[in-house]
Amino acid sequence: MTFEFIFLNLTMDFYREQILDHWQNPQNFGKLAKADLVVEQINPLCGDEVTFYFKFQRVKGSKSQSKISDVSFIGRGCAISIASASILSEVIKGKRVKELERITGEKVLDLIGGPVAPARLKCAFLPFEVIKKLTLPALTSRMTGRQGIDN
Amino acid sequence: MDIAKIRKDFPILKRKINGKRLVYLDNAATSQKPIQVINAISNYYKNYNSNVHRGIHSLAMEATQSYDGTRAKIAKFIGVKDPKEIIFVRNTDEAINLVARSLGNRVIRKGDEILVTIMEHHANFVPWQQLAKEKGAKLKIAPINKEGEIDIVEFKKLLSKKTKFVAFTHVSNVLGTVNDVKRLSTIVHRQSSDAKVLVDGAQAVPHLPFDISKIGCDFYAFSAHKMLGPSGIGVLWGKRELLEVMEPYQLGGDMISKVEIKKSTWAEIPYKFEAGTPNIEGVIGFSAAIDYLNKIGMTNVRKHEIELAKYAFGKLSKIPNLRILGPKDPNKRCGVIAFVLNVGLNGTLRAIPPHDVASIMDSLGIEIRSGYNCVQPLMDSLSIGPIARASFYIYNTEEEIDKFADGLKKVREIFQFNSKVKSQNSKTQLKSQKFNNFKF
Repeated sequence: MTFEFIFLNLTMDFYREQILDHWQNPQNFGKLAKADLVVEQINPLCGDEVTFYFKFQRVKGSKSQSKISDVSFIGRGCAISIASASILSEVIKGKRVKELERITGEKVLDLIGGPVAPARLKCAFLPFEVIKKLTLPALTSRMTGRQGIDN
Repeated sequence: MDIAKIRKDFPILKRKINGKRLVYLDNAATSQKPIQVINAISNYYKNYNSNVHRGIHSLAMEATQSYDGTRAKIAKFIGVKDPKEIIFVRNTDEAINLVARSLGNRVIRKGDEILVTIMEHHANFVPWQQLAKEKGAKLKIAPINKEGEIDIVEFKKLLSKKTKFVAFTHVSNVLGTVNDVKRLSTIVHRQSSDAKVLVDGAQAVPHLPFDISKIGCDFYAFSAHKMLGPSGIGVLWGKRELLEVMEPYQLGGDMISKVEIKKSTWAEIPYKFEAGTPNIEGVIGFSAAIDYLNKIGMTNVRKHEIELAKYAFGKLSKIPNLRILGPKDPNKRCGVIAFVLNVGLNGTLRAIPPHDVASIMDSLGIEIRSGYNCVQPLMDSLSIGPIARASFYIYNTEEEIDKFADGLKKVREIFQFNSKVKSQNSKTQLKSQKFNNFKF
């Protein structure tokens, strides 16, 4: 089997499964009223943009940890970035912020159904960039701080 | 014009992409190079590589002759009498930056006005936007009409006594519109006598037969790489009297006539604007590219592209919900077809994201452009996001346009996948269950 043949199938398979489902019916799509945090990410190369809305809740029995109680996103972009945002939004809902540190690029690719062409990695990872921002110390403290005020 | 013969001159066209014969339709980004251009560059390195303008040995003389000889060839190609008015730059962007910095910087004062159009490539937009910002001048933007042509009535209204610079493109890299640059230049010079006119010719010189001297502009900019030449080399043409009063753009070697401890004097034009060792191989490759186009004849190039555009319009008109930007009349445009392909889902039309269109096309061996195409203000004004674009050149055939149209049908098929059979609710449930169990 030639490389070209594998690639062709890859591209086609990729567009046949999960991606198209999520592009056609993106989950958690829309703005979230009274969001605790709004994070925007842009890919200037292709013009894709995605904005995530988060609501946090303190984890019971923990003073410092919070979890994502609700999440939504809006965005404009290719099927891959929209599907990736849709899938990630489903995955992170209910998860502790601390847990998000364990997400890797590889896991994101697993979630969206396998590898993509190198030129499209940026598309697949655009929403992942948002999630990565959540785990930054500066934001984590802001989230827990805000949590206190909101509750 | 023998397309089969022309195609043989382009080694890359034999390439396969993802198992399919390459169909190269991204010519507005850059053209492919004929073997004659590739050989000219390799011949320079094999046989007479040397620096230019600074040696008396044989190699230096030969290299200098080739380098400066190309100026005369380019001048003739674009209808300019004085080769010294041809300045070598990296590309169109650099040519425009040179004018904005070297002349714009000097003549623009607070309260002055600069006029551009909404269809400008970022190259002919951002330098003026920033110049206006720095100087406290006003950047005015001429709109386009529904056909994708500059709205002449509005254009006239935006000119005033304060207008110092007017910059517009000869051919739009997205709409394909061929602007009546002669008419626009005449209007500017009649209404705003102080204003200088710069024309961005990046998408025009490769495709149209024309004479710069008949346009009536003050500056004209273009690149070699879109017209069979190598990348990294372009041309700024300017009127001698303007070039002579302009300050150098960059300083250093080769651009001076005399250097003393406390002062320096500049070389004559064009050297004043060409600091440092230039892109010699680029100029030599450019020369071969012009020879190639001269052999075909620009009138034939234009005729071929109009024919392809006509054929493409006929073919694409059969694809439902395909929106093509720009003028519908193939005689008023170049072979650039920017489009939005829509698909019906649950009773509403949705645009298939251009990146996905391009990805699927690529899997079929068809190379097209997707994205903002460096015209974000235009896309915003039309309220559309990124777009997909196919663009033709001398080696493209009707058969390739057939493949392109078939590719679009394939894209639509893929994106309509299962939209009718699946119910949204059952699907939602299924996915949620799956992801609840997902562990990082």
